[in-house]
Amino acid sequence: MRTNDVILKTVTQLVTFIIIIFSIYVFLSGHHHPGGGFIGGLMTAAAFVLIGLAFDIETVKKIIPIDFKLISATGMLIAVLTGIGSFVFDANFLSHTFDYFHLPLLGETELATAVLFDIGVYLVVIGITLTIIFTIGEDQ
Amino acid sequence: MNNLTIAPLLIPLVTGVILLFLGKRLILQKALSILSGMAIIATSIFLLMDVLENGIKTYQVGGWQPPFGIVLVADSLATLLVLFSSIIMVATTLFTFRGLDLERKNYYYYPLVQFLLTGVIGAFLTGDIFNLFVFFEVLLMSSYALIVLGGTKTQLRESLKYVLINVISSAFFVTAVAFLYSATGTLNMADLSARIAEINQPGLITVIALLFLIVFGMKAAIFPLFFWLPGAYSAPPPVISAIFAGLLTKVGIYAIYRVFTIIFYHHPDVTHYTIGILAAITMIVGAVGAIAYNDIHKILVYNVVAGVGFILLGLSAFNEDGLFGGMFYLLHDMLIKAALFLLAGAIVVITRTTKIGQASGIIKNYPLLGWTFLAAALSLAGVPPFSGFFGKLLLIQGGFAAEQYVFVAVLLVSSLLVLYSVMRIFFQVILGEEILPDVSRRGNVKGLVYPSIFLLFLSFLMGMGAEAVYPYVADATNTLLNPELYIDAVLKEE
Repeated sequence: MRTNDVILKTVTQLVTFIIIIFSIYVFLSGHHHPGGGFIGGLMTAAAFVLIGLAFDIETVKKIIPIDFKLISATGMLIAVLTGIGSFVFDANFLSHTFDYFHLPLLGETELATAVLFDIGVYLVVIGITLTIIFTIGEDQ
Repeated sequence: MNNLTIAPLLIPLVTGVILLFLGKRLILQKALSILSGMAIIATSIFLLMDVLENGIKTYQVGGWQPPFGIVLVADSLATLLVLFSSIIMVATTLFTFRGLDLERKNYYYYPLVQFLLTGVIGAFLTGDIFNLFVFFEVLLMSSYALIVLGGTKTQLRESLKYVLINVISSAFFVTAVAFLYSATGTLNMADLSARIAEINQPGLITVIALLFLIVFGMKAAIFPLFFWLPGAYSAPPPVISAIFAGLLTKVGIYAIYRVFTIIFYHHPDVTHYTIGILAAITMIVGAVGAIAYNDIHKILVYNVVAGVGFILLGLSAFNEDGLFGGMFYLLHDMLIKAALFLLAGAIVVITRTTKIGQASGIIKNYPLLGWTFLAAALSLAGVPPFSGFFGKLLLIQGGFAAEQYVFVAVLLVSSLLVLYSVMRIFFQVILGEEILPDVSRRGNVKGLVYPSIFLLFLSFLMGMGAEAVYPYVADATNTLLNPELYIDAVLKEE
């Protein structure tokens, strides 16, 4: 029987967004500042773990309606495919490139293919962390 | 076109990831596993021909020049080992069709094997010592999962020991790499070799070399560090033991060969002689263990230990015959150990026990299985028509040329004991009067024998057609004896 944890739940609803936005910021700034896919993924996973603590695992599963293991698998597929993608341009495996683009709103932006690889890492870390924590946490 | 060099590494990786999505659709999983194995076999054969014709192939991952980037090096030795690992993968996958329970197959058996193969092939192909560590971890992680898959009590107990031992040896590995990096300032094997040759391997580097011997010796199960192997390899089901016996210790042996021929070869009187002594004791321990037990799995597991000793003896001789024999025996040993473990799996399906003496007389109802086991036993001991003969013959020649008469004597005596240990299984379990469980309790061995026949047939071809295999192994030996070939291939200016 749970005690009345209105404060925890309300704070969680607020804080979760801040954590996720910060994790995405850290993830995107990884090329020039400390950060990257691994730490970003851990932070995003931490936000979901917080929801799991304040509410329950079912809520998290409702938010992410797919198997956590498949998130990792998708991440791995993305990471490998970005490596293989360089074959199309007759370059070696995992060759990366970057260029500057003029984007609406953001202006002159540097886009690197290394980010695609990092998205893979990001998803693998989220999937693995959630799988581990919620497999242990679930009652058999 | 150049990208073919990395194909044997990418095929199992991509297949493994795709298999994760397929969940419990077993037919697709099996088909894709076999397909991936075939594709690796085809690419590695193609690569092998190319290497023999045009010399060592290197591949710069990400397009960075060595020694700054990671480089993959496909020489004859690495490519041959890749080929044989994929052959073993195909054979064991065929065995799982009927020889592994549904529960294990449903819980990621096939993807795990693909990831294990990725680690093994990566460890063979890499030319960077830290990358070697990473691939060791890839294969170890998969092997942790495979050893505990199913969750029986024995498996849990043995996997705990196995994980503990390997975590410790991995920590040693990182430490050794750190020492080596602080002493030389590089991690690329060719660059390491060149730099250590410049300073003529001072005492500090020899100490680091011995630290590497401890690390790889723990993976390869040489004498004082083999204690984890008998338990760990007899706990999981026979298919998984067959994969382990065929691939895992061999990666450790390959790493010892690579490191002590390419990098630390300047003081063979210290390093290689130590390896020789350890190899001799390993053979004795393996042979004594193999005749001491009354358990089929334990006998085979100690044969794995003895095999490690045989192969490393070639490195201790450190001449052309010795290294050639070691390489040839390594390839033979991969095939034959996998075949023996698969056959033991089939025998246990019939007898329902691993103990010798509780069941006998299989041959009356299962002649094919019986004679296949005899052929495997003869091949293991090194009887001429099979592949074990040439390897051992050259090992002995190499030993004589290096004047290591004691080691050669140990090799001959332990070969005899190894033959005795497997013939004991043959005479007491397969021959003899029929003591078997009721027909209703016996399992079905249909299809369980064919993968081993396939492996034995390859061993037979290797023995009969040694002439055809010769140029490839000779090329591998040539690279081992002349590290400058390797260095030139990796560090050449484009």
